[in-house]
Amino acid sequence: MNQMTAPAAPQDGYVTEDGRTIGGVVMEMRNITLRFGGVVAIKDISFDIREGEIRAIIGPNGAGKSSMLNVISGFYHPQEGEVWYKGEKRPPMRPYQVARQGIARTFQNIALFEGMTVLDNVMTGRLNHMTASILDQAFWWGKAQKEETANRQKAEEIIDFLEIQNIRKTPVGRLPYGLKKRVELARALAAEPKILLLDEPMAGMNVEEKEDMSRFVLDVNDEFGTTIVLIEHDMGVVMDLSDRVVVMDYGRKIGDGTPDEVRSNQEVIDAYLGVSHD
Amino acid sequence: MPDQLLWAMEVTANGLLNGVMYALVALGFVLIFKASGIFNYAQGVMALFAAMTLVGIQDGRVPFAHLINAIFGTDIHYFGWEVPALAAILLTVGVMVVFAWAVQRFIFKHLVGQEPIILFMATIGLAYFLEGTSDLMWGSEIRNLDVGLPQGINPVIDEATFNLFGYGFFIDNLDISAAIVATLLVAGLVAYTQYTKQGRAMRAVADDHQAALSVGIKLNYVWVLVWSLAGLAALVAGIMWGSKSGVQFSLSLIALKALPVLMLGGFTSIPGAIVGGLIIGVGEALFEFSIGPLIGGATENWFAYVLALVFLIFRPQGLFGEKIIERV
Ligand SMILES: Nc1ncnc2c1ncn2[C@@H]1O[C@H](COP(=O)(O)OP(=O)(O)OP(=O)(O)O)[C@@H](O)[C@H]1O
Ligand SMILES: [Mg+2]
Repeated sequence: MNQMTAPAAPQDGYVTEDGRTIGGVVMEMRNITLRFGGVVAIKDISFDIREGEIRAIIGPNGAGKSSMLNVISGFYHPQEGEVWYKGEKRPPMRPYQVARQGIARTFQNIALFEGMTVLDNVMTGRLNHMTASILDQAFWWGKAQKEETANRQKAEEIIDFLEIQNIRKTPVGRLPYGLKKRVELARALAAEPKILLLDEPMAGMNVEEKEDMSRFVLDVNDEFGTTIVLIEHDMGVVMDLSDRVVVMDYGRKIGDGTPDEVRSNQEVIDAYLGVSHD
Repeated sequence: MPDQLLWAMEVTANGLLNGVMYALVALGFVLIFKASGIFNYAQGVMALFAAMTLVGIQDGRVPFAHLINAIFGTDIHYFGWEVPALAAILLTVGVMVVFAWAVQRFIFKHLVGQEPIILFMATIGLAYFLEGTSDLMWGSEIRNLDVGLPQGINPVIDEATFNLFGYGFFIDNLDISAAIVATLLVAGLVAYTQYTKQGRAMRAVADDHQAALSVGIKLNYVWVLVWSLAGLAALVAGIMWGSKSGVQFSLSLIALKALPVLMLGGFTSIPGAIVGGLIIGVGEALFEFSIGPLIGGATENWFAYVLALVFLIFRPQGLFGEKIIERV
């Protein structure tokens, strides 16, 4: 058995080389197994996520990375295992419930509201910060009005932060791929999430776009202290951005540690070099 | 001015008023279709059911009286009170909200992700079920509906047009008030979907379910909301139609008037439903007026469909629908 254990990190956090503070464990996956009929997408995987860190999940195609993100965000429900969030075992939840707990996400295949403008898309990210009742809303009474203004301001801040002011009023359907990815990030950020799940945010981008996106991911983590779980194929990007990396292959976890640690792990090297599985 | 032209103007005005009503019924379809992809065959029956319920509450009828009497051997029909129109309308709105919740809870919640044709079949089942329920609850006799809307020729318009053209237009007060109420409702709905939190959630769900879930929108809630709004549209349509020609089974056929409106306006466009309704209202009235006498009349039954068909051939996505371009 090759049971990787997470590296021994101090229980209550530490300070990284670049001076960011990483806190204690905020989320923990315990022995997650997810099957689709005969396909085992995730096989008995455990790992944790610390507050304020950038946690990467890497692995070859079909390894089960997106499935793991879908488990965290409530889109998939594992047959076995437990998800612990903020020190409590989480009951099975629908995606909207997970979102309301402060976990926002983006999708590998971009899921935006194509018919709505950039600003409107970002505003949907604010929905859970709006508490005016249906009657307040229907009659546009004071509270709803104030709330709309406050949330609009927040949305605009995010739009400025991600440097997409010039396309605020453009319907998303007309934007090129790279910008769509950025708008999707903006919508997730607008929720002011505690944990941000990014499924290949740089896939299909050119070098310049990738650099921009990397910078945004770092800035989000740094300025808002957002915990980030990042799936990415580009090894260079992963090594640059992440504090710790989970490596998956064929649904199993084959590595877990700092970028340097996983890079020198023989099983990880084999998986990436395509050594045959027996 | 020649008589023909004056009559045509009068016909146009009446057609416009009818068109507002068609738009209202079409709007009920659009709301549900946009948010859930369900083509709600039961929209017409919902109008019938809403109107029946309204009359029943107003008259103080005991719901399910036949059933109760048959089971318990009693002979009750009325509570013995009458409910004022406004209170009865509010109660009926409540009934339609409960109906919306039940439809979602007992039918469509279990059909999430099914093919559109299956959803459509489910609404056919729903239509007949609701029709039966309506009969069982309130009986199937023709009822008079009167919520106090003004009726009869509008004297102001009659006089003004008489002074202007020497010919007084016959425009029914009921049509005018129907048009005003429908316009207000439509404007309210448009504002609601554009500018409120729930409206934004509705548009989000209409656009992409997965994305909507990821931002924390509860799909069930939005679907109950759109069915409730469609129920409200059905109630208003039921009141208008019912006040004019009584509440009876044929009321549910107003749905057939909405179909060509949808073909014209597009199934997902609120402005489309409104403009489509007006075009069909005016179009069928003018056609009946000008061509009808030459070919034996009763063209209202089919003209709208032919117009919509011709339109479909040239613009299959409807007036305001996005042009569909297959990407290769
Ligand atoms: N909804 C689903 N139904 C059936 N099988 C699924 C489903 N989602 C994922 N799978 C299967 O689970 C396995 C893992 O898929 P997953 O998308 O998680 O991989 P991934 O690591 O994200 O791959 P990629 O790098 O290509 O995005 C694959 O075999 C896939 O076919
Ligand atoms: Mg994936």
